[in-house]
Amino acid sequence: MDFSTFLQQLVNGISLGSMYALIAIGYTMVYGTLRLINFAHGDIMMVGAFFVYLASSMGLPFPLAVLAGITGSVLVGIMTDKIAYKPLREAPKISLLITAIGISFFLENLFNVLFGGVPKAFPAPEYLTTSFKLGEVILPLMVIVIPIVTVLILGGVLWVLYKTKYGMAIRALAFDIPTVKLMGVNADYIISIVFGLGSALAAVGGIFYAISYPSIDPLMGIIVGLKAFAAAVLGGIGSVTGAVLGGFILGFTEIFVVAMFPDLGGYKDAFAFFFLIFVLLLRPTGIMGEDLDRGRF
Amino acid sequence: MKGILIKIALITVSLGIIWYTNSHLDIYNLSIVNNIGIFAILALSYNLINGVAGQFSLEPNGFVAIGAYMTAIFIIPMDTKIDMYALVDPAPVILQMQANFPIALLAGGLTSALMAFLLSVPVFRVRGDYLAIVTLGFGFIIRIFAMNSPAYTNGAMGLNDIPEFADFRWIGSITIFTFLVMIHVIYSKYGRAMKAIRDDEDAAVAMGVNTFKVKTYAFMTSAFFEGIGGGLLASFLSTIAPDQFTFLLTFYLLIIIVLGGLGSMTGTLVSAIVIGFGLEWLRFLDDNMTIFGYDTGAHPGMRMVVFSILLIITMLFARRGLFGDRELSDILKSKSSSKRKNV
Amino acid sequence: MSKTTLKIQDITMQFGGITAIDNLSFEVKEGQIYGLIGPNGAGKTTIFNIITGNYQPTKGDIIFQDKTITGTKPNLVVQKGIARTFQNIRLFKSMSVLDNILIGFHNRSHYSYLEAIFRLPRYFTQEKKIKAEAMAILDEFSLTEFVNHKATDLSYGNQRKVEIARAIATKPSLLLLDEPAAGMNPSETEDLSTIIHKIKKDFNLSILLIEHDMKFVNNMCDLVTVLDYGEKIFDGKPADAIVDEKVITAYLGDFTHA
Repeated sequence: MDFSTFLQQLVNGISLGSMYALIAIGYTMVYGTLRLINFAHGDIMMVGAFFVYLASSMGLPFPLAVLAGITGSVLVGIMTDKIAYKPLREAPKISLLITAIGISFFLENLFNVLFGGVPKAFPAPEYLTTSFKLGEVILPLMVIVIPIVTVLILGGVLWVLYKTKYGMAIRALAFDIPTVKLMGVNADYIISIVFGLGSALAAVGGIFYAISYPSIDPLMGIIVGLKAFAAAVLGGIGSVTGAVLGGFILGFTEIFVVAMFPDLGGYKDAFAFFFLIFVLLLRPTGIMGEDLDRGRF
Repeated sequence: MKGILIKIALITVSLGIIWYTNSHLDIYNLSIVNNIGIFAILALSYNLINGVAGQFSLEPNGFVAIGAYMTAIFIIPMDTKIDMYALVDPAPVILQMQANFPIALLAGGLTSALMAFLLSVPVFRVRGDYLAIVTLGFGFIIRIFAMNSPAYTNGAMGLNDIPEFADFRWIGSITIFTFLVMIHVIYSKYGRAMKAIRDDEDAAVAMGVNTFKVKTYAFMTSAFFEGIGGGLLASFLSTIAPDQFTFLLTFYLLIIIVLGGLGSMTGTLVSAIVIGFGLEWLRFLDDNMTIFGYDTGAHPGMRMVVFSILLIITMLFARRGLFGDRELSDILKSKSSSKRKNV
Repeated sequence: MSKTTLKIQDITMQFGGITAIDNLSFEVKEGQIYGLIGPNGAGKTTIFNIITGNYQPTKGDIIFQDKTITGTKPNLVVQKGIARTFQNIRLFKSMSVLDNILIGFHNRSHYSYLEAIFRLPRYFTQEKKIKAEAMAILDEFSLTEFVNHKATDLSYGNQRKVEIARAIATKPSLLLLDEPAAGMNPSETEDLSTIIHKIKKDFNLSILLIEHDMKFVNNMCDLVTVLDYGEKIFDGKPADAIVDEKVITAYLGDFTHA
C-alpha cells in the first residue's frame, strides 16, 4: 500500500467512522438512561434519509430538506418513546425489548409499503458530490465534510451533557430514575430530549450515509445500526466519547482490513460482530465505560 | 402414577392423530399442517430462552439456518452434490458428510447447541442484556457466511434436491417430543431456576443458583431444537437458500410466543396453530385491495406492518398474552384455589 | 458460645475515593444473634454485600468457619452456608410460595439436566424429597395454607417470612437478615422475633442482622456493633449501646421513636 492509497483509505476510514459514531451516540445515550437497547435506532437513521428524499422530491431545496429530515426523525424518535416505551417503564425489561424490536420491524415494513423495497437514488446536490484532488489523492468532498460536521456535533453534544442543566439531568437519570423524579426533575421530558437528540444525530448519520452511498432503501438501517451498536459497546456503553471512539475504530478496521485483504470483502459486515464478541469477552465495560450495574443493591 | 398414565394416553392419541392426518389430508392442507408443526417446534424452543428464562434473544434464524444446512448436506446424496455445487467444487468434507435422516437432524441440532454454547460464554458472563444484539448479529453472520462460502453452502444459490424425508409423521412426533422436553425442563429445578432468574437475577444468585450455567442450559436447549427444526424445514421444503433465514423468521416466532404468553408452552402451541392459519388467511393484505372502489395496488410487506402493530399492541395492553407464563394444567388447577387476594 | 462462625477482619471498602467502610472488624460466634446497627448510609448493607461476595472489599478478609471466603462468587458463598434476605423483599414474583422455597433447594437436589428432561428415577426421588423438606420448613413458619398461592399475593409480613424460609431452604449455618422488621406493625414484629428465635434453635443457626428498630434489636440480639459513616463506634451488649454517648449522638433521630 503506497502512501497515497493509505491517505485515501485513511480519509475513508474517518468518514465511515464518523457515521458510525453519530449513530452510536444515540444508542449509548438511550442505553445509559433507560438500559434499553433501542433496536429502532438504526431505522431512525433510515427514516431521516427517507424524509430528506421525500422533502426534496416535493421540491424543497436540499438544505431545507435536510432540516425536514432531521425534524421528522426527531419527531419519530420521540413518538416511539412516548407511544411504545414510556408505558412500559415499570414493566419487565423483556417487554420493552420486544416492543423495541416491534417498532424497528414496523418502521422497516411501513417504509417498504410506502416507498417500495427497491433502492432509491438519493437526491444529493452536485456541490456535495464533487471531488477534488489533493496531490495524488482524489477525495470526494463528503469525506472532508463528514468528519468536520461530526466533530462540531460531538462538541455540541458534550457541551449539552456537561455544561447545561439538561445534561446534568440526563447524567443523573443514568444513575437512578426514581430519585431524579423526586428531585423535581420531569424525567419524561428529559428522556424525550435524549431520544430527540439521539434521533437527530442518527438522521445526520443517515443523510451522510445516503450521500456517500448514493442510494437508500427501507432496510438500510439494520446493518448500520447493528454496527453502530457494536461501536457503542466497544467504546463503553453509556459513554458518549466512548461511542465516538468505538465508531472510529470500527470504521478504520473495516476500511483497512478490506484494503489489505480484499478476499475478506464479503465478510466486512461481520467485523463489527467479532468486535462485539471480543469486547464482551475481554472487557465488557468497553474502552471508556464504567460498570453501569454497580450499586444495584 | 395417574399423571404418567394420562401423559402416555395423551401421547398415544396425539401420535394416532398424526399418523391418520399424514395419510388422509390433501396435499395443500398437509403442507399447512407441516408448516405449523415446524413453527411450533421452533417457537416452543424459542420460548424457553425468551419466556421461561427471560433472556431476550433473537437467535432462531441463525440456528435454524445451521440446522437446515447441516441436515441438508448430510442427506443429499454425493452425486447430487457434485452436480449441484455450480460456483466452485464442493469442499471434500462436504462430500464425505453422509448420514441417514435422524443422524443428520441430530447433527444439525448438536451443531446449533455447540454454537449456542460458544455465544453463551461472552454474553452470559455479563448480564443478559447483550444477548439480543449478539444473537441478532449472529443471524446476519450466518447468512454472510452462507453467501460467501460457496464451497460449503453453494453460496447464494443455496441447496436444492434435498430428499423429502420430513413428512408429518416426523414433524408431528418431533413437535410432541419438543413439547414434552420443554414441559419437563420447566417442572424441574432447572426450570424453576430459569424462572427465578427471569423474576430477579440477584435473588436467584443469593439462593445459590449458578445463573451462567442455567442460562446456558436454556440457550443450548433452545438452539438444539431450532437446529432440529431447521433440519426438518430443509427436508420439508427440499430447497434452502441464505435468504430464507432472515430476521423475518425470528419475527414470526416472536409473535407466536408473545401472543401465546411468554413462558407458556401450551400457549405457544395454540398460538402457533392460530398464527399458522392466520398467516395463510392474511395473505390478502399483501395483494391488491379495493377499498370503497379505490384500488390500493399490491403492497408486499403490508402483512408485516399489521404483524408488528399486533406485537406492539400486545406488549402494551396484554403483556401476558393468551396464557401468561402458565401452562394450561396450572390454569385449570388454580381456577378454584386462587380467588382470594392478600392473605 | 465458643466457636467463631464469622470473622470480619479489617475490612475497608472504597467506592471511587469514598470510604464506605473503614477498617471494620467484629466476630459472630456460633449460635449468636448479632446486630449490626447504625443510621442510614452507615455502610451496613455494604457489609452484607461484601460477606455474600457481591462486592470485593478494598482491604481485609471475611473468614467463615475458619476459612477465608473473601472474593468467593455469591452463588458459592451460599453453598458454603451463608444465606441472606434483602432489605426490600425480593421474592420470585411469578412463582408460588412452594416454588420460591424450592429455589432454595437448588443445590440440595441432585439430578442432572438430562435426568430432568427424560424424567429418570432420580428426578422423582429427589423432587419428592425436597418437596417434603420444603413443606416442613413452611410448617415451621406457619405458612402451610399458602403453599400454592402466588408469593406476591401474600401480606407483607407473610412475604417477609417466605423470604426467610427461602433462605433457610439453602441450609445455611449463618443467616444474614437485612432489616427484617422494616415496615412491619408491632404485632407482626413480635411474631417475627418469636419465629427468628425458634428457627435459630431448630436449624442451629447463627444470625447477623441489620436493624433500625432498637426495641427489636434489644429483644433479639446478644451483641451489637454500631456503625456510623463506615466506622465502628460501639461494640457490646445492646443494653449498653442505648446509653452510650457516642451512639446517642450518631443516632439521636432514630432513638427518639424507638
